[in-house]
Amino acid sequence: MLSPSSLNEVCDAVRSLPQVRVMGGGTKPALSANANLSMSKVSGILEYDPTEYTFTALAGTTLAEVRDVLGKDGLALPFDPPFVESGGTLGGSVAAGLSGPGRMRYGGLREFILGAKLVNGEGRVVFGGGKVVKNAAGFDIPKLMVGSLGRMGVLVELTFKVFPCPATSATVRIDFPDVASADRAMTALAMSQAEVSCLDLEPGRKLWVRMGGLPSATDNRIARVLSIAAGGEATVLKGEDDERTWSDAREFRWVPANHGLIKLPIAPSQVLEVEQLVSQLGVNVPRRYSVGGNVAWLAWPTNLPASRLDEICLTLGRPSLTLSGNFDAPWRARQPANAFEQRLFAIFDPASKLA
Amino acid sequence: MSAEQFLNELKRIYPAERLLTRNAQLVPYESDGLTAFRAKPAGVVLPQTQQEVIDTVKLCHRFKLPFMARGSGTSLSGGSVPQEGGLVLALNRLNKLLRYDARNRIAVVEPGIINLKVSQVAAADKLYYAPDPSSGPVCTIGGNIAFNSGGAHCLKYGMTSNHVLGIKAVLPDGEVCQFGGDSLEGCGPDFTGMFIGSEGLFGVALEVTLRLLPKPEVYHTVQAAYDSLEKAGDAVSLVVASGLLPGAMEIMDRISMDAANLAVDAGYPQDAKAMLIVELEGPAEEVEAEKPRLHQLIEQSGAYLVHVAQSEAERYKIWTGRKSAFSAVGRLSPDFIVQDGVVPRSKLGKALAEIVKISEKYGIRVANVFHAGDGNLHPLIMYDGRQPHALERAEELAGEILKMCISLGGSITGEHGVGLEKRAYIGDQFGSQDIDFMRRIRRSVDPEEIANRGKKLPEAGAPALMSHGAHPLEKAGIISRM
Repeated sequence: MLSPSSLNEVCDAVRSLPQVRVMGGGTKPALSANANLSMSKVSGILEYDPTEYTFTALAGTTLAEVRDVLGKDGLALPFDPPFVESGGTLGGSVAAGLSGPGRMRYGGLREFILGAKLVNGEGRVVFGGGKVVKNAAGFDIPKLMVGSLGRMGVLVELTFKVFPCPATSATVRIDFPDVASADRAMTALAMSQAEVSCLDLEPGRKLWVRMGGLPSATDNRIARVLSIAAGGEATVLKGEDDERTWSDAREFRWVPANHGLIKLPIAPSQVLEVEQLVSQLGVNVPRRYSVGGNVAWLAWPTNLPASRLDEICLTLGRPSLTLSGNFDAPWRARQPANAFEQRLFAIFDPASKLA
Repeated sequence: MSAEQFLNELKRIYPAERLLTRNAQLVPYESDGLTAFRAKPAGVVLPQTQQEVIDTVKLCHRFKLPFMARGSGTSLSGGSVPQEGGLVLALNRLNKLLRYDARNRIAVVEPGIINLKVSQVAAADKLYYAPDPSSGPVCTIGGNIAFNSGGAHCLKYGMTSNHVLGIKAVLPDGEVCQFGGDSLEGCGPDFTGMFIGSEGLFGVALEVTLRLLPKPEVYHTVQAAYDSLEKAGDAVSLVVASGLLPGAMEIMDRISMDAANLAVDAGYPQDAKAMLIVELEGPAEEVEAEKPRLHQLIEQSGAYLVHVAQSEAERYKIWTGRKSAFSAVGRLSPDFIVQDGVVPRSKLGKALAEIVKISEKYGIRVANVFHAGDGNLHPLIMYDGRQPHALERAEELAGEILKMCISLGGSITGEHGVGLEKRAYIGDQFGSQDIDFMRRIRRSVDPEEIANRGKKLPEAGAPALMSHGAHPLEKAGIISRM
């Protein structure tokens, strides 16, 4: 495993290796299997001014470091990246295209990445985007990197927009008699003007709703959420209980041992269809719907064949991404690259070194 | 293959009334919102179906003829100025709402649909399409996609690309591709994001899936008057440091307030040197809790007059004045150029002082309106194009402002795009290697460079600067900017 510590060394490494597989913190083993280039030494925050709501850091910088530094100024990454405690990095989050439950309020990673410096498959440095919160010059290369799994370039330096954290947060857990009524309540909340910051559904019929804001508004906002999502049994969680709830979700602590983790983006109206398809598997697949039903997270038993996952994806007409588990390829049921995609892959990585 | 052959082939796709080639028919398409540039296309077609667009693009590719798709022609960077002798696809009739799905909070539209129309449709479910460029009542989603348009609410909600989930597009060689989908989340590189803001260089969007958001329940719109621009700027810093996240923070200077008062009777304070518009928005109980904090900060910043919109009508009036500022300046000056450079927010004061200096050096008046929350300047450079070399001098002044934005660590464009106007400066913002790579990307998608040739990247073959800036139709007395 090569472990470069500077931009030039990353260029040299890409030029010298016949095939490049990048690893950040290794928190998504299905994506860093057979890695031969570690970015752990390409780490550190380069530019940060809290009054600008932006920072620039090297790709190997851990999410925990970013959280700590921003947190001192009451700021945070609004897309709520997962795998903070377990050692995830900025670069890994961008490459995998991962946002956490808190993306419900202000948007996902793609909406907060402003700039990217990367090394393409030829070992050339490419820069796109900018370091200010608004920029329409050049092609939006930073967005192209989101979800690219390092196949269009090795990410070296990234700039993000950040937001102030809410002064306080509170969560309500609502237990419904069945998943259909929980799904209805989730839809009502997602369409409402209550502006919740997280909205997750556990098929154990539990709806988790978080809201953030000023402390003096909290009780009224909780009351409003409960009036919209009526028909269940509610528990209010504040302080540490609220924090722990979302830390558990963000770190996927609900995924049992001997299970892989799959990200399955869906339309909110497909939640019940996913429920039905999963129930037909005949084995328990722990799962959680997040972002108001825009993504299903599946804990896939390691002895359950990948082909069964592909069937679900094809039935839904949705590709999925595997983050851990026994899979031969990370993307499942993804359409073959179209003409535009092929041409861009050919420019970023002419020799298919990163493929 | 001759021009005559090309025309004959076009006639097979379009009936005579949707294929414009006579001089008088072409005049409206020679220019756009940046009137200083003009070029005469060989023809204009008015497609009504996606297939007509695809067939037209394939034809252009076969004849290697440059083409440009346009919507309402509101580009402020010359992005929809045609190629001399090229073909224009005017997409205003390709404007269907194909799918509106409130439950999934999306709308699938054709590119010619008007920006504001999307929010009007969604209003029944208290949903809306967030990006609100000042031209929202007339500009099209296709144009917004091409230029990654912004607006007053970008600080909180971001630019157009943050609100687009999927695109079906025809590439410059006629290949039809689909990117993204209808979920907020995706798998694989964000090709949708890459397509947006490509200024027409990657082809023509045929179908666009837009993300809709619940409309904020209440707004609290505050107008604060200051006796200096610095104090208004300081107020923005105070708000930013407080942890409040307003939906918008805008500053206008004296000249732009005068223009807005004159043009739309905006009712802005007559004696203020600067005015700040701040808007809180969200659930009623949250906004109620935020109000005292905001007003305390505004008082602390030294505002001498504070007005809160008491009704939706008053809020509308405040925003109409702000959004009409560009065209309103047309009342004060026969011609003007508007720029949209960005500087880091903490450098706003420095940038404004610098603009005053540059303006004095040239003896040219510059009005300032800006999205203060995200450091996005909008200097309006006023000149009289009938005076010899006035436009060249105005462009030179504009260039100095762009270079200043770059030297302060910002960008030459926050939301209008590079277009024709800023091509000469993009090479200062990006290194030559980066420009070279962007050009390679462009050529990989469009080897003949027929899609909106001459825009975005520094290259030859673009129309020349005209000496006087009125739109051809304005000159003919047919339209007026107010």
